[in-house]
Amino acid sequence: MNENQARMSAYWKRNLKTLVVLLLIWFLVSFGCGILFVDFLNQFKIGGYPLGFWFAQQGSIYGFIGLIFVYVVRMNKLDREFGVNED
Amino acid sequence: MDILTWTYILVGLSFTVYIGIAIWSRAGSTKEFYVAGGGVSPLANGMATAADWMSAASFISMAGLIAFAGYDGSVYLMGWTGGYVLLALLLAPYLRKFGKFTVPDFVGDRYYSNKARVVAVICALFISFTYVAGQMRGVGIVFSRYLEIEIEYGVLIGMAIVFFYAVLGGMKGITYTQVAQFCVLIFAYMVPAIFISMQLTGNPVPQLGLGGNLADGTPLLEKLDGVMTELGFAAYTAGRKGMGDMLMITLALMVGTAGLPHVIVRFFTVPKVKDARLSAGYALVFIAILYTTAPAVAAFGIYNAIQSTSNQNISELPAWVQNWQKTNLIQIQDKNGDGKVQYLANPETNELNIDKDIMVLASPEIAELPNWVVGLVAAGAMAAALSTAAGLLLVISTSVSRDLVKNFNPGISEKKELLIARIAAAGAVVLAGYFGVNPPGFVAEVVAFAFGLAAASFFPVIILGIFSTKINKEGAITGMIAGLVFTIGYILYFKFLHPELNSSAHWWWGISPEGIGSIGMLLNFACCYLVSLFTPAPPQQVQDLIQEIRIPKGAGKAQEH
Repeated sequence: MNENQARMSAYWKRNLKTLVVLLLIWFLVSFGCGILFVDFLNQFKIGGYPLGFWFAQQGSIYGFIGLIFVYVVRMNKLDREFGVNED
Repeated sequence: MDILTWTYILVGLSFTVYIGIAIWSRAGSTKEFYVAGGGVSPLANGMATAADWMSAASFISMAGLIAFAGYDGSVYLMGWTGGYVLLALLLAPYLRKFGKFTVPDFVGDRYYSNKARVVAVICALFISFTYVAGQMRGVGIVFSRYLEIEIEYGVLIGMAIVFFYAVLGGMKGITYTQVAQFCVLIFAYMVPAIFISMQLTGNPVPQLGLGGNLADGTPLLEKLDGVMTELGFAAYTAGRKGMGDMLMITLALMVGTAGLPHVIVRFFTVPKVKDARLSAGYALVFIAILYTTAPAVAAFGIYNAIQSTSNQNISELPAWVQNWQKTNLIQIQDKNGDGKVQYLANPETNELNIDKDIMVLASPEIAELPNWVVGLVAAGAMAAALSTAAGLLLVISTSVSRDLVKNFNPGISEKKELLIARIAAAGAVVLAGYFGVNPPGFVAEVVAFAFGLAAASFFPVIILGIFSTKINKEGAITGMIAGLVFTIGYILYFKFLHPELNSSAHWWWGISPEGIGSIGMLLNFACCYLVSLFTPAPPQQVQDLIQEIRIPKGAGKAQEH
């Protein structure tokens, strides 16, 4: 494996690590808080919302938006670090 | 001015804008026709994706679905937005780097096989046709309700408009019309929602109003739970579906969203890989404006509907109830003859039937808003239906002209290819119109098909095509076919062959046909992996291609070759 290949495989590993962390959060805010733990969370209130219900109909969507923008920022940084950015 | 005049003016005005944009952004080359020349800004693409994605069903029916399903309706909210995270993280940037024009292009090249390409084309055509028939029907319904035109003529007018800008403008025309359509539809959705939220809770932001208090100080959701249980329904914020089924339906909708070809192809139109990522973020923001408002519209709608009808004298019902009774979307039958409306969970004694579409369609009247708002909602519903129809028609025409004709006759000139693409688009419009006028009796059921099929066919082979270097053509073809056959079989069995068995007692593992795409997807993954273990690995040039699409640098514009 030459130097360039080693760099690219390091880049790919960092990319996969970012994906795993973000997808874990993706799972937690939707399947976790919105479905699996919904009854538990409904004991708590956020405004007039039961918390689990809020996650299922509002919070998960805000979480998804946050995740994509965090991904954009992190990947742009990673691309520059490895010199694979496009400009 | 009366409602009808306002509707004609606003719908007419919006159509003029769409046609104007189509003439201005006419496609001159195949590249402009397929991917708008690859030069769309991430923000514009985000808006276009949002309009592409939000269909007549999102605009007209989703709030009503949630209103009657309560917490269970969350599957649509999470399912149809969470898919964008998968798109942004796992698909869009890599497919953009791959740099061709269609999903079958990717499948065919990555799996070095024309058989795989043809299987992918069949999936794309099937998914797109089931979807587009529903859109054309939506256009017809809006015309007939608001403009008092027969559904058939409504569909014809819708066909003429889409024909004009999709056939003439291709992806370039569609993109910029979709930007305009997004603005129309989101404005039309938000205006009544904001006013109703203010009336009920005093808060102009519907997302906060849903968690707000009513005039008497009780939280709206608490009051709604109380009202529903009093009438014999389950509490609004409590679930009725099994947890396993909730998980599976949500997953199938998310993965299905990420696998829909007309959504994926939008990410081929931006200049760079990083634009594809950003654009998915913008798209979700624009989609979320509607998707976080819909549950508020749902709760406000069902609360208002119950308050203004339940135990009221039939002769003193508000004007909007009487108006919509004429269209049969609200039906009242005084079964016990006491002159009042009883809305109850028990179908034997219930006297009120409300169609789910009422929650959005009648919202301006419920809030006693001026007549022009009604016209605006009509224009918005039309924008939602037309923008989705156009995106689907483009997938159909591209599949025919590029994935079939061009691929098997590489010698044809660009001019000829463009002509074939236009003829295919025209043919697709006519066919879609036919299904709009003569809908197969199961339009609602086939939507479950589209998502289940996208989840069970495309998603696994695209993901594995990017993230694994080991999966070969034998694996991918087996996987797609196994996923498809299993999912189609399960849905056919419960929806068409034995609808009487369609209940959780008979479902496998308690999973409804809506959620079975998740299992189809897992089956597809498993087949890809197992078959690839025992068959030769992909050749070196494919290994190089995979390494190449993993790195953003050097994307360039979508290439023609």
